[in-house]
Amino acid sequence: MNNTIYLDNSATTKPLKEVLQAFMIVNEQYYANPASIHAMGVEANDLLIRAREQVADILQTEAKNVLFTSGGTESNNAAIFGIARSNTHIGKHILTTEIEHPSVLETVKQLAKEGFEVEYLNVDQHGVISLDELRAKIRKDTILVSMMHVNNEMGAIQPIYEAAKLIHEMSRAALHVDAVQSFGKLAVSFRGEDGPDCISISGHKIHGFKGSGVLAFRKAIRWQPYALGGGQEFGLRSGTVAVPQAVALSKAARIAVETLNEHAKKYRQWHDEILAQLHEYGEAVQILSTPRGASHILSFSVRDLKGEVIINAMQKRGVIVSTSSACSSKQTKTSHVVEALHLDEHYKKGVIRVSFGAHNTAEDIEKFKQVLAEVMLELKGEIK
Amino acid sequence: MIWKEILIRYGELSTKGRNKMDFIRRLRENIRHAFADLGHLHIRTERDRMFIAIENEAQMQTLVAGLPKIFGIQSFSPVAACEKDIESMKKLAITIMETFKEEQHTFKVEVKRTDKTFPLESHAIQREIGGYVLPHFKNLSVKVKKPDIELRVEVRHDATYMMAQVISGAGGMPVGSNGKSLLMLSGGIDSPVAGYLMMKRGVRLEAIHFFSPPYTSQNSLEKVKVLANELTKFGANIRLHVIPFTEIQVLIKEKVPSNVSMTTTRRMMLKVADQVREEIGALAIVTGESLGQVASQTLESLTAINAVTNTPILRPLISTDKLEIINLAEKIGTYETSIQPFEDCCTIFTPASPKTKPKLEKVEHYESFSDFDELIERAVKNREVYIFPKKEEEQKQDKFADLL
Repeated sequence: MNNTIYLDNSATTKPLKEVLQAFMIVNEQYYANPASIHAMGVEANDLLIRAREQVADILQTEAKNVLFTSGGTESNNAAIFGIARSNTHIGKHILTTEIEHPSVLETVKQLAKEGFEVEYLNVDQHGVISLDELRAKIRKDTILVSMMHVNNEMGAIQPIYEAAKLIHEMSRAALHVDAVQSFGKLAVSFRGEDGPDCISISGHKIHGFKGSGVLAFRKAIRWQPYALGGGQEFGLRSGTVAVPQAVALSKAARIAVETLNEHAKKYRQWHDEILAQLHEYGEAVQILSTPRGASHILSFSVRDLKGEVIINAMQKRGVIVSTSSACSSKQTKTSHVVEALHLDEHYKKGVIRVSFGAHNTAEDIEKFKQVLAEVMLELKGEIK
Repeated sequence: MIWKEILIRYGELSTKGRNKMDFIRRLRENIRHAFADLGHLHIRTERDRMFIAIENEAQMQTLVAGLPKIFGIQSFSPVAACEKDIESMKKLAITIMETFKEEQHTFKVEVKRTDKTFPLESHAIQREIGGYVLPHFKNLSVKVKKPDIELRVEVRHDATYMMAQVISGAGGMPVGSNGKSLLMLSGGIDSPVAGYLMMKRGVRLEAIHFFSPPYTSQNSLEKVKVLANELTKFGANIRLHVIPFTEIQVLIKEKVPSNVSMTTTRRMMLKVADQVREEIGALAIVTGESLGQVASQTLESLTAINAVTNTPILRPLISTDKLEIINLAEKIGTYETSIQPFEDCCTIFTPASPKTKPKLEKVEHYESFSDFDELIERAVKNREVYIFPKKEEEQKQDKFADLL
């Protein structure tokens, strides 16, 4: 698969060489338990502190508000369960959107079973919520609003900073932002009083490792521990801290933020080029992503064709793309995000997601466009 | 950039007589020292205020963030400047007042026209600017006597200067203006706070710590180094004297009955500290003792401990409650470090029931069977001295730089 062009970076990314290298060195030299009191433990802990501070700086919070987790799903679960269950003295009302990642949707569903009241915000055809609807649905007893920054299936960007302001003005609710798809692609931080209260990040979406993530808070908030044991991670998440993963994530995060502008410019250009080509197919193709969305994700749908067919056809020619999301791609039913966009029935089955990453080059995109043209030609007979 | 300079108002200094110029010079040097990273600062001093020239926005931000930590400053104000024409002045006034748009305020415009050739008179300028600013901000209302905000405008020969914001300083007196003392730094919550309070009164500090390996770990020493380093934030270098104390402590444990061993330990520490104090030319010893907090801090204990020296012992926390001390520690940022749970030399060999009312004669009697003086001299001689802020810290950070 040497010449394969990988355009499924929203599912996961290939780790950067320098991140891999740091991971190896930490495992070889600083493998001691950071909770140990001997010199090696102290050294490992110093390194962990530095890694944590670096993430805190990027997010504009303090190191004591940064928790290393096993990934986006754990961060989302922990944030939502933790905030909801610790604030029942204020209320039991939770708001989220209908296009969240399953790690949010399933968690709030569980809370609904436990007696919490969950309401969902609708999205328009661009996949964006309405602040007016948010304003109308916030109540005095709302304790949590969970909103993804960038949608993983089609790249819609939610107005999280405006939402944060509104939420803080109108209620005591905390805003949790699932920034798994946006961190390293857009500016993500707490921005003092004006930002979200809690942010989830995943390592493997930013050229770090699977099995690593961050849950960060703007300031210490009412929250409860969810992994009990030796009291690591400020007593909130027990378990020996994986220093190499933490360092790798911290490094990947730094590089992602430092190269953000450079990549964003490239991605935007590729996005535009591919869009231009897709427009040529007229009715045969419906584009789900919008120019206002994130530049690294481009989703479109081919009329009456199954996504799988296109993916296989492209794969045969050495280009890897995916159906709307890796998590839902093995299920046969239409994704909840696609449903939320109210697409015409003809376009629901064939959603393709192209997502760019740091390793992609302009040649990759040329090849993709060429292969796309070939595949469209080949499948022409099947597009009604 | 609109900023021209920062105006600094002195604290208590203004009331001092003939020594005033010394204090001002000291404050200027402390400011230079604290902002050494910014390169050479242009500082102009007057009898009641001081001006730092601003060259760029980043410099301005560093100064505004750091000045509130420096003792001897009552308050300070960023001063902006613009061309000497009324339109530019109006625009600048709006930019400055943006800072206050969050809350309701009363305000007035105060004008001084040093350059009498400026076509508008003071009152006219006041009317023009006030009349322009007021409709721009819904939250402002005019009040002539004691307004919340005074927008001060001064038309000088070179430009028009303007300021409104008054930022509180740390108060107190410039560190170094009240001599030097030796702080007994244990690693607990109290002693860094005691050090901070003395620095606030203008005292330059050196610190002494008693280290008893292997009974106390490297961690506890690292913690004390971090604390010493944190105290340097308040505008001065700190030298930390680390005393090898194991030998003395072991001898005390062997020779002195356990219920007075704690008193003897403190007495020996004070003897060591007093010798170090003399060597470094400090005038007093500072401790974090708070009356009645623990057995060694009852009046009887303090008397028995204090008997080893005539040197003034300054105890700025003597009448404060533990909770007040914790609040202060949190405020100055030493609390998180202090509560790390490492053994220190005060917590090892602790007797089950130390005497809260030790008798001086008895303590002296028990001590008389051993020759502590020789050990004390050796401990003083073999001490290690560290200087903070520490370069070694930076090297350590570099070690990880490639990994992060």
